[in-house]
Amino acid sequence: MAITIEEVKKIANLARIKLTSVEEKRHAETISVVLDYMKILNEVDISGVEPTSQVTGLEDVVREDVPRGCEIRKELLGQLPKMKNNELVVPAVFE
Amino acid sequence: MLRRKIYNMNLNELTIKEAQEGLQKKKFSSVELTQACLNRIKERNKVLNAFITIREAEALEEAAAADKLLQTKKAGPLTGIPFCIKDSIATKGVRSTAAAKILDNYIPPFDATVIKKIREQGGVLIGKNNCDSFGHGASNENSMYGPVKNPYDLTKVSGGSSGGTAAAVADNMSIYGIGEDTGGSIRQPSSFCGLVGLRPSYGRNSRFGIMPMASSLDIVGPMTKTVEDAAIVMEEIAGRDPLDATTVPDKVGKYTASLGKSVKGLKIGVPKEYFEVAGMDKEVEKIVRNQIDKLVKMGAKVKEVSLPHTKYAIAVYYIVVPSEVSSNFGRLDGVRYGVRSEAKNLFDLYTETRAAGFHEEVKRRILIGTYALSAGYYDAYYKKAQQVRTLIRADFDNVFEEVDALITPTSPFPAFGIGEKANDPLALYLADILVSPAGVAGVPAISVPGGTTKSGLPVGVQIMGARMNEEMLFNIGNNLVE
Repeated sequence: MAITIEEVKKIANLARIKLTSVEEKRHAETISVVLDYMKILNEVDISGVEPTSQVTGLEDVVREDVPRGCEIRKELLGQLPKMKNNELVVPAVFE
Repeated sequence: MLRRKIYNMNLNELTIKEAQEGLQKKKFSSVELTQACLNRIKERNKVLNAFITIREAEALEEAAAADKLLQTKKAGPLTGIPFCIKDSIATKGVRSTAAAKILDNYIPPFDATVIKKIREQGGVLIGKNNCDSFGHGASNENSMYGPVKNPYDLTKVSGGSSGGTAAAVADNMSIYGIGEDTGGSIRQPSSFCGLVGLRPSYGRNSRFGIMPMASSLDIVGPMTKTVEDAAIVMEEIAGRDPLDATTVPDKVGKYTASLGKSVKGLKIGVPKEYFEVAGMDKEVEKIVRNQIDKLVKMGAKVKEVSLPHTKYAIAVYYIVVPSEVSSNFGRLDGVRYGVRSEAKNLFDLYTETRAAGFHEEVKRRILIGTYALSAGYYDAYYKKAQQVRTLIRADFDNVFEEVDALITPTSPFPAFGIGEKANDPLALYLADILVSPAGVAGVPAISVPGGTTKSGLPVGVQIMGARMNEEMLFNIGNNLVE
């Protein structure tokens, strides 16, 4: 297989997704098939070809740096999964 | 879709153009039009599963307000006309789940720019459509709210990822819909459901408020019953947006003006690689070839052309897209919005929230992207894919020196069976083989109905054009369907 269960565990950890052992096995199998398919790109001569990261050709698009109000503060705060005294609550980062 | 004009049609079966005329001449009100769509939804949504959220009371209120607006000079082309939206597009005050449990409770405090343009002129939002979770799929089976069924055959998929929008419009539950296309998500379901679906040029329409999948490919566009309707919607939603720095400053075209034009003298290319893909259905090929013959009879000059890097488009797409996904989806962590899985520490909060809230396919794409971007693999996957992406773009640039447009099937096959490809991710990826190149290159492409198979399934014809030349697609598309 192009990718092992151990590697799947490693990238799932990097991507912050908890997987069951059944999922780890299935992802290793299916992702291996996909990565094998990607080998088709080895046929292409890419020497000297610039990579494309965008297609519009636009560069350095800026807008005026003017302060704006935020009229949706209440709605944004209303989305917080857990809140105390108008502040977001999350578990401690350090033990 | 080879649509017959019936005089005593139900209101929900009208096109935008017909609805506009009826509203202007006061033959019916927006409330009546909206009620007709809601009645159809009530009758059919339990069968098709095209909607995640239905706005019955709110839509009728918006329709009543639109009826008042229609009495004034402030009414716009879409005032009072009911429409539906793919659920991965943010709608102010209206739940937007992207068909993912992680956003099951998410109510955006803003409208996507394209939606704002429609709602500000009094468009009536009747509901939010089921789709593949965050747009990850080609069959609508990757929804966490169940698959959408094809109105033409309930055992078949609606296509994806904008499958709910396609089924809703095709089944006359809505007058038109707004979808999103990264690598075929508007065109392929439109093809499977007998609709017109436009993927505009990348940068033509604002992506602000579109939940990002792959930011360098995503674009929002119309899904309609006619080419004319798609042109009407595009005139309203296209244009530069200060909130999306990738929108282009080019002037928005007079799309409806391109509808009456002839195809006489136009040079149309038939890319041979698109007819040589594995699994090309003979009936589909014949229907598309018949449409090509039709263009020849109308005076178009048709010639075979080559886009040699076509066969690499899926590999490029499924490296670039998951890479952008893995980065974009970092924001979905249960901290500031969405459904959180409470845990004793922050690390577990992230991993458990994402485990419970993401569909298997979303997880797969995040994993592939994380892998492709990780140290040691970046050059072999991501960088190489971006280089081949340059060659795919060059194929299009070169071919549009020779021809005005390209014509191909939208999908190698008509709608497939529900469950048929569900356990084989690569087979499902390959279903996008004819639609992903336009996404990778950022060129506009439209799918228009070309006919139906003997078993009654719609077949779409895809027309692709040079960047920012949507007018060409509307012109050719309208001549084919007329």
